[in-house]
Amino acid sequence: MNAPGAALSEDLERLAALYRTMVRIRCFENAAEAASQGGVSAFGEAAHGRAQVRGPLHLSTGQEAVAAGVCAHLRREDYLTSTHRGHGHTLAKGADPARMMAELFGKASGFNGGKGGSMHIADFSVGMLGANGVVAAGLPIAVGAAHALKLQGRDAITACFFGDGAINRGPFLEALNWARVHELPVLFVCEDNRWSATTASGPMIAGLGAGARAAALDIGSLEVDGNDVLAVHAAAGRLVDEVRSGGGPRLLHARTYRVKGHVSVDPATYRDPAELAAALLTDPIARARAAYLALPAAEQGTLDAIDAAATAEIEAALAAAEAAPWPDPASAYTDVQDTGAGVWR
Amino acid sequence: MRMSYAEAAAAALALEMQARPEIVVLGEDVGRGGIFGQYKGLQQRFGAERVIDTPISETAILGAGVGMALAGLRPVVEMRVVDFALCGMDELVNQAAKNRFMFGGQGRVPMVVRMPIGIWDASAAQHSQSLEAWFAHLPGVVVLAPSTPQDNSALLRAALACGDPVVYLEHKTLWGASGEIDPGEVATLGRARLRRSGKDLTLVSWSRQLLACEEACDALAAEGIAVELIDLATLWPWDRDAVLASCARTGALLVVHEAVQVAGFGAEIAATVAEALGCKVRRLGAPRIPVGYSPVLEAQSRIGAADIVTAARALCA
Repeated sequence: MNAPGAALSEDLERLAALYRTMVRIRCFENAAEAASQGGVSAFGEAAHGRAQVRGPLHLSTGQEAVAAGVCAHLRREDYLTSTHRGHGHTLAKGADPARMMAELFGKASGFNGGKGGSMHIADFSVGMLGANGVVAAGLPIAVGAAHALKLQGRDAITACFFGDGAINRGPFLEALNWARVHELPVLFVCEDNRWSATTASGPMIAGLGAGARAAALDIGSLEVDGNDVLAVHAAAGRLVDEVRSGGGPRLLHARTYRVKGHVSVDPATYRDPAELAAALLTDPIARARAAYLALPAAEQGTLDAIDAAATAEIEAALAAAEAAPWPDPASAYTDVQDTGAGVWR
Repeated sequence: MRMSYAEAAAAALALEMQARPEIVVLGEDVGRGGIFGQYKGLQQRFGAERVIDTPISETAILGAGVGMALAGLRPVVEMRVVDFALCGMDELVNQAAKNRFMFGGQGRVPMVVRMPIGIWDASAAQHSQSLEAWFAHLPGVVVLAPSTPQDNSALLRAALACGDPVVYLEHKTLWGASGEIDPGEVATLGRARLRRSGKDLTLVSWSRQLLACEEACDALAAEGIAVELIDLATLWPWDRDAVLASCARTGALLVVHEAVQVAGFGAEIAATVAEALGCKVRRLGAPRIPVGYSPVLEAQSRIGAADIVTAARALCA
């Protein structure tokens, strides 16, 4: 048995690591958000040319604990599929934020060479198979990747993030059923931020939600406070262990809240300001910070250093993205297909 | 050896599965051989882990195919009929076709999606469509339409060696067609098949519609009109060079397809030839109506040899 001091040190290290992941995500998204203002014409806002991050930018601000708590259990060889709100998942899976930021800027050095942007952020080299512009589209892809892992006898699993809106689409049912029928190593993570674009999800969901729908397919699930990173970490750890040990699929329902609008230029005037004010009191980063400082032997300097390092890292990413060259226009014709490639007009 | 169109496909798939352990088959009823017998014997030979029976979940079948391909497998995805594949259009159009480009070349989706097309006697509006123009319009995919048992072997083998997502359009009433097979042939994708040589008119078609074209060629020959008949076989990328070279010789083009004529793939071919050569062009496809059930109504959607002869005569007049 470990000495109490060792256990305490482990707690400190675990929480500091989770805190670090969350802060890096927050810094990244704050920077991207600032660079995006005016970059998309939506909700009555006029687009202009000054924005460096153009097009729809979906922020996961306030939801960072879900990405951090789940991905802490993933290995590099594990796969991950994500949603249109995928910066946090991608960072937490190990992607380099400088190449992510360059992708958001549409630059050649971005992960996708500027071909995808925020909605298609991905780093296949760390198993992150992509954000997705279509709600629920990642679920069948995750199931296929998990099916391949099983057929190939690989010691790895797939994690699949989706939102509360996705459980109302058909691919949710088809993918969960498939995963159970074939007993696949996949963890489904419903990151429930309570909003389906600009409509509150609650009145749109019949029954008791993701966990109940999973139970109907005989898939075990846990529900957790998605703004409590230690709770997410503990629940995800238990489910990931079950999936890794060949128990078939599991589902984690993490209840969080979307602090920002649907996209970065959406002021979300359609919601009750009191709802947002209440949610801000449960900010996962502030809670993690308080939880850390409540531990014996905690030093605030550790967290401050994490904050400073994340700020410096993202500032460097921004500078690199600004300085990076645009893609060669000829690259618009590459990686379309091998057979039948070309301009064709 | 002599084989049917269905047997040729099963034999070609077996050859490729033997050579490439990464090939898996997934779809409804494939374990018992597929609804047309095009997978006959494959599950017995290669096992239920490689010839995978699935729920009736077209979205998940196509989406899982994408995930499997990204993870290193080479899935053959069966949709039963093209009409059912419409339940998985996001997975084909937004996911499979765009994955490689959208993610900057990080991944590949070498998947063959089989979706039988065409009028199947008395099967009405939801089991009779020819939607090849939809897929030819879609960047990122290869589109194949075999018209003979030989091509259902040679094109399928080429599709299974291709690194791109392939939309593979067999015709529902060709399964029983039989012919001599060279199982060793692997087709060169993008190359048309010259069925007949002639100096008066270039006739371009594909899939089952070629049967009526052959009949029309015989009738026209008796009238002294020598038709050059081209089976496109690959719809994307189509063999522009072969068609243009033929039209440059004949000075006239007729494109015939079973699909609806309006915005059909024939329009692309006719426009290309007209722009490049300025020669006479004409399209012949089905009227823009759903396929009806009653034989009297269904007949309205069929293009017969007589229709082709009439159109050809008008072009050559």
